[in-house]
Amino acid sequence: MRAVRLSVVTAAATAAALAAVTGCTEKSDASSEDHVVEVTATDTKCEVSKTEFPAGHVQMDVTNKGSKVTEVYLLFPDDRIVTERENIGPGTRQKVTAEVKAGDYRIACKPGMKGKGIRQDVTVTGGGKAAKRDPRLDAAVASYRQYAQEQADETLPKAKVFTDAVKAGDIEAAKKAYATSRIGWERTEPVAESFGDIDPKVDLREDGLEEGQDLEKDWTGWHRLERSLWKDKKLTDRDSKLADQLIKDLTDWQNRVGKAEITPTSMANGAKELLDEVATGKVTGEEERYSHTDLVDFKANVEGAEKSYELLKPVAKENDAALVTELDKQFAALDTLLDTYRKDKTSYEFTSYDKVSKADQKELSDAVNALAEPLSKLAAAVVATK
Amino acid sequence: MTDTPAEAEHAAAPEPATPAGETVSAGETVSAGETVPAGGSASAGGSASGAPSRRALIGWGGAGLALGAAVAGGAVAVARSGDDEPGAAGEGGAVAFHGHHQAGIATPVQDRLHFAAFDVKTTDRAAFVQLLKDWTAAARRMTAGQAVGEGAYGGLAEAPPDDTGEALGLTPSRLTLTLGFGPSLFEKFDLADRRPEALVDLPRFAGDNLDRNRSGGDLCVQACADDPQIAVHAIRNLARIGFGKVVIRWSQLGFGKTSSTTPDAQTPRNLMGFKDGTRNIAGTETDRLKKFVWVEEKDTDADSAWMAGGSYLVARRIRMNIETWDRTSLQEQEDIFGRDKGEGAPVGKAKERDKPFLKAMLPDAHVRLAHPDTNAGATLLRRGYSFTDGTDGLGRLDAGLFFLAYQRDVRTGFIPVQRSLAADALNEYIQHVGSALFAIPPGVRDKDDWWGSTLFAKNPGDSHDPKEA
Repeated sequence: MRAVRLSVVTAAATAAALAAVTGCTEKSDASSEDHVVEVTATDTKCEVSKTEFPAGHVQMDVTNKGSKVTEVYLLFPDDRIVTERENIGPGTRQKVTAEVKAGDYRIACKPGMKGKGIRQDVTVTGGGKAAKRDPRLDAAVASYRQYAQEQADETLPKAKVFTDAVKAGDIEAAKKAYATSRIGWERTEPVAESFGDIDPKVDLREDGLEEGQDLEKDWTGWHRLERSLWKDKKLTDRDSKLADQLIKDLTDWQNRVGKAEITPTSMANGAKELLDEVATGKVTGEEERYSHTDLVDFKANVEGAEKSYELLKPVAKENDAALVTELDKQFAALDTLLDTYRKDKTSYEFTSYDKVSKADQKELSDAVNALAEPLSKLAAAVVATK
Repeated sequence: MTDTPAEAEHAAAPEPATPAGETVSAGETVSAGETVPAGGSASAGGSASGAPSRRALIGWGGAGLALGAAVAGGAVAVARSGDDEPGAAGEGGAVAFHGHHQAGIATPVQDRLHFAAFDVKTTDRAAFVQLLKDWTAAARRMTAGQAVGEGAYGGLAEAPPDDTGEALGLTPSRLTLTLGFGPSLFEKFDLADRRPEALVDLPRFAGDNLDRNRSGGDLCVQACADDPQIAVHAIRNLARIGFGKVVIRWSQLGFGKTSSTTPDAQTPRNLMGFKDGTRNIAGTETDRLKKFVWVEEKDTDADSAWMAGGSYLVARRIRMNIETWDRTSLQEQEDIFGRDKGEGAPVGKAKERDKPFLKAMLPDAHVRLAHPDTNAGATLLRRGYSFTDGTDGLGRLDAGLFFLAYQRDVRTGFIPVQRSLAADALNEYIQHVGSALFAIPPGVRDKDDWWGSTLFAKNPGDSHDPKEA
């Protein structure tokens, strides 16, 4: 471990440099021709007038010459969005501006507003060049960001199945769709929570209401509907409205997930936070107190943590091989243990948590602790740069 | 009460010439090398791997330490900063970690206890041996008043610190950490043939109402300190290091020591208000320690030779029916114990330390039944503590005595005494609800040794490896 920590200063500098990019403190100088980039988007191409421009206020003049609605992004190397413009119709022109520091970026057009887009590497020149991060870590962050986006994209249709059943008053169908509609969210919870305002709308539990908030008026999201289904055992007009609200809030999440601030260390600590979620909410059965579907969330949290970990593993292994060995072992042990609670390893039908004995809950808790403690050391193992 | 062997006024034992003080000051030497001279353990805290510490390399450490010293004006302030500076050992009493016997047995009894029993979850012998080495390294640092690993602050901002930090700025508070192996451990790692005969399965005793969730365990760690925060910090950090390999099975906090290994003017009282342990074995009584506490080589055979220099620990959680006891008349209370409540004198005697006349007591009096004369001379070294764990849901205090007794052999120690106590009048007011027995291996000899090395060094490579200790 000691060798790893030598790089702490470098890592801190990198983090500071990245943070500075979005600082937007430089004077506007967009009037200069140097700072204008012509972007010509078609259904198959994304052409830029220059691939190198000076740091400062940059303006992208976008022309959509294709037949599909497109969107244009300026991206960091890790796919974080610097700026974007959606809904650029065929034949229309749009201006997109941003303040950028020196460094490597990408311009991406997404014809049909789908997929990773057509990308073009660009370089912003000038003083105060940002320290380069290990490209493998940028790739890891980019992959994780994509994973988070996929989870949000896949959640929406599943959530719709759930909310449609709620609106149709079909209690049994709604119960059946409830836990699966949450899997994508639970897998990427630290990213979802990073927006602050979405989490309390969709995933708040009864005890999470703040002082002065009204249980009937202010409590929205999955767990409110969970209570209607399993405790109140009836669906009302209010629940239909809650169902619509849930879709609205999840759509908001889907739209914003690409802008989440994600770094290699936040990925590592996010993995640990997923295990913390398990340790504080799922193991105790508090999370799904009416439906007792805690083990589904549990599994999703572990899967999300594992995704983060797998992406960071190549770098972590160089810096702390023993930690990687331990994490591999403990992930496998927890996964094996979880598998004993479902008949089919591909399904998400887990034992109802109220049927899990105290002794078995202790065993699950022990396995979570055994994984979460070494996982808390993952961040230290990825900050080193080679 | 079980703490009874306590009442063991051993007829042949000499009065200690000078009662030893409870607090060990720097440089003072008490009981066979248990106390460290000031600064004496500084080297023990050194980085075990030989690598320089991270802070030293980065260059933050120097400035931080200078600042700390300037602000607080003394070594105590930096004693737990996590680095290798000396100064902690003498402050607030550091007890030597190394020795032929483990500290925490004959050591003058501290005021507070955090006792934890662990289950071993790993089946990997090498991983378990590494844990024992990691624990030893952490214990060596914590007992010297230093933080675990690379400390509680100053490290990577993105990673949790090695040490949990609640002991920062506190003195060592005479922390001792004592490790034991339970009978169940010997079923693991192919150790069955090395289980000593003396590590029996305790028989069921009359009146036992044992909760399995408060009993047994593959391992135990007894943390004693004068500051409860120090004892809790120690167990917490060991548990943290152990995640994935061991889990806490049960634990117990204790306060108000109920017995003393440093006979002084005031014998501590238990929660029933009675003095207990008037003539407990003192840390200075080398002869009685040798006779009743330490396992000798001659007690062992080839398989159990690893226990030489060790001892056996019986832990019993004894719940007291506090409320009914408090409604009991003074006369009955005194009859039950066989002592008066004020002075603590045995029936018919004037002073606490007067030799008891057992036949003057009622046949079921606690002292009478627990006395060595009634039990073929059986004598224990007791380090029990009072406990209260809130209330029991019926408005009754969940309180009592956490009985800890060390002995050379439970078959001639705790077992006959506890059997004798089947007829104890005190049984109406107490109940044994938890029970565990542990083999306490000999001490960690030096900075290259580790807890349990005598048991686990059987395989080549496990033994006394200076690089890994």
